[in-house]
Amino acid sequence: MADIVLDHITKRFPDGRVAVDDLSLAIADGEFVILVGPSGCGKSTTLNMIAGLEDITAGELRIAGKVVNHLAPKDRDIAMVFQSYALYPHLTVRRNMAFPLTLAKRPKEEINRRVEEAARLLGLTEHLDRRPAQLSGGQRQRVAMGRAIVRSPRAFLMDEPLSNLDAKLRAQMRTEVSRLQRRLRTTTVYVTHDQTEAMTLGDRVAVLRSGRIEQVGTPAELYSRPVSVFVAGFIGSPAMNFLPATLEHGELRTPFGPIAPDDRLRRLLHRWDGAAVGRRSLVVGIRPEHFEDATLPTVRDRPGPRFTITVDVLEPLGSDTYAYFTLKDDRAPAAGLAELAPGEAGLSGPAGQVVARLDPTSRLREGERAEIWLDTSHLHLFDPSTGRSLDAGPG
Amino acid sequence: MAAATATRTAGRAASAQPRRRRRSAAPARVLLGWSAANLVIVGVALVPLLWLVSLSFKTPASITDGSFIPNEWTLENYRGIFRQSLFTRALLNSLGIALISTALAVALGSMAAYAIARLEFPGKRLLVGMALLIAMFPQISLISPLFNLWRILRIFDTWVGLIIPYLTFSLPLAIYTLSAFFREIPWDLEKAAQVDGATPAQAFLRVIAPLAAPGMVTTAILVFIFCWNDFLFAISLTSTERSRTVPAAIAFFTGASQFAQPIGSIAAAAVVITVPVLVFVLLFQRRIVAGLTSGAVKG
Ligand SMILES: Nc1ncnc2c1ncn2[C@@H]1O[C@H](COP(=O)(O)OP(=O)(O)O)[C@@H](O)[C@H]1O
Ligand SMILES: [Mg+2]
Repeated sequence: MADIVLDHITKRFPDGRVAVDDLSLAIADGEFVILVGPSGCGKSTTLNMIAGLEDITAGELRIAGKVVNHLAPKDRDIAMVFQSYALYPHLTVRRNMAFPLTLAKRPKEEINRRVEEAARLLGLTEHLDRRPAQLSGGQRQRVAMGRAIVRSPRAFLMDEPLSNLDAKLRAQMRTEVSRLQRRLRTTTVYVTHDQTEAMTLGDRVAVLRSGRIEQVGTPAELYSRPVSVFVAGFIGSPAMNFLPATLEHGELRTPFGPIAPDDRLRRLLHRWDGAAVGRRSLVVGIRPEHFEDATLPTVRDRPGPRFTITVDVLEPLGSDTYAYFTLKDDRAPAAGLAELAPGEAGLSGPAGQVVARLDPTSRLREGERAEIWLDTSHLHLFDPSTGRSLDAGPG
Repeated sequence: MAAATATRTAGRAASAQPRRRRRSAAPARVLLGWSAANLVIVGVALVPLLWLVSLSFKTPASITDGSFIPNEWTLENYRGIFRQSLFTRALLNSLGIALISTALAVALGSMAAYAIARLEFPGKRLLVGMALLIAMFPQISLISPLFNLWRILRIFDTWVGLIIPYLTFSLPLAIYTLSAFFREIPWDLEKAAQVDGATPAQAFLRVIAPLAAPGMVTTAILVFIFCWNDFLFAISLTSTERSRTVPAAIAFFTGASQFAQPIGSIAAAAVVITVPVLVFVLLFQRRIVAGLTSGAVKG
């Protein structure tokens, strides 16, 4: 058990590419921290540096208070689960799991006891004498986990461990990983590009973007108070809707019509330094669940703007109904939204495309006009020139 | 090399059989065509070899009778060669020199190939290019310089004197074959071993080497056959029984009398030195073909 501190860590590859840029993160003893971000943002590189598989160009890495920058992987007492599982194909499951203990020259009885214990925990007992090639994907994944837990390391590192499984198995293993970590309480750093895993697994989530940490916080914090368009668009599914708005006479002009800011929004707008220099355009962020079918009795009497749209596509999922519609807007589109979150699908969909998550009892029909209600108490406001939330303070 | 080619072709033909069975649904005509083609290839490859075997069992009198099946069978040719130290000593030399060269080539080649497959280092392309160049180099042009050099260095007519040129020409082959195998091994396995507590040497010996074993066996067979079959260096760089290998020794065979041709003895000796190669290939053919890495990563 140990805490892990990344202190201004930078990684520059020999070809000059900076994969991790001045990254600082303190992971407490026993904590489950998720590194999440789009592909190529430096997650694996960060994990490899913690494991000792990549050199650290600059900065300090401390495990349990000790600087380990120049310690070989074998001396760090950390276990890692790879995306490819990296099981030794020439060894049986038993010997795969025993491998770290054999290398550590533990006594035979202890090895057997620990391997069988781990196998029981992971439901692998009857597969102990088979080889990786004879196992299903889920079982291989379990063996990889087993190999990590047998030696009770100071920390677990997991690099997209579930991304090779099909959706159903992934959901199942996700709960299993969660249960395992709760039970063992070993410091864990878990890398994923899947926002669902990030939201459901970790105590804390660090969102990475081009080698830098964009935001660290609990899943709930990231969801309700994202510091930037990037985080807001990355966390949550379906993604947050972003729409252009202008500030005129203390009122927000949006494609839905004018919105009178409530106290919270007024405070944000007041603090916004953009207003001071005379800029007036903003980006409004709205989560799909903050729309509702205006005809439903639950929202009939609630305050807030109502507007009429034409439903393009309706996706009834049983528990929710997703309604997609387009907003006509003659003004300039929110400039540079795509640049604020480069490479992120879902952020830069067709211009003005909006998705709303409605109650399943809603009677909307595809192609018909409908009245939609908007809950303005959850509006997010972003500065289009920096991509940062007005709520986030100077980045 | 003829013997080796023959055995390899035979091996290929044998391995083609299960494939043919799996295609039982295909039209019979296609099946017939394939069988015929296989038969022709096997025939072309095997006839000279069988002819040699036949000669080795013939008596001196019937050696020129031209019949494929010997009319009079005899083991006298075999008994004869094993009675001469010319042959037995040469057999020992051949085995010793070929085995030592093979072991060295595989050991050194593995290290070089591993570095080439896994590491980026300055001059890597140059190294690979040089290896290829050496493999292409005409061996005959080296004979006179080596002859003189070896005499000055006092390694003429010694095992070392043969092992060195064998290594020169087999290492490029070994490096090429092995680096192809190493490239197939997922890099994650080595990382996993390191995180699991292995030193780089342990990671290589416990994880990488076992997985590269089929490649090493393949390489070993190729190198062994090259050394075993060599005539050029063996005849030029040896002068006595001390280090003369079988292919060179065969040239010194004499007939039973001054007028008799030593054809029977030569045929018998040729058959004897073909056997180890044959056994080698047949024994390891499955291991060579079967990839051990399946299941290492998600299939
Ligand atoms: N060995 C390397 N040499 C140069 N660039 C690399 C190397 N490994 C990774 N990179 C680059 O560093 C960036 C981060 O990679 P990585 O950490 O693997 O991203 P991911 O978040 O998808 O795991 C990528 O842009 C990748 O191209
Ligand atoms: Mg990665």
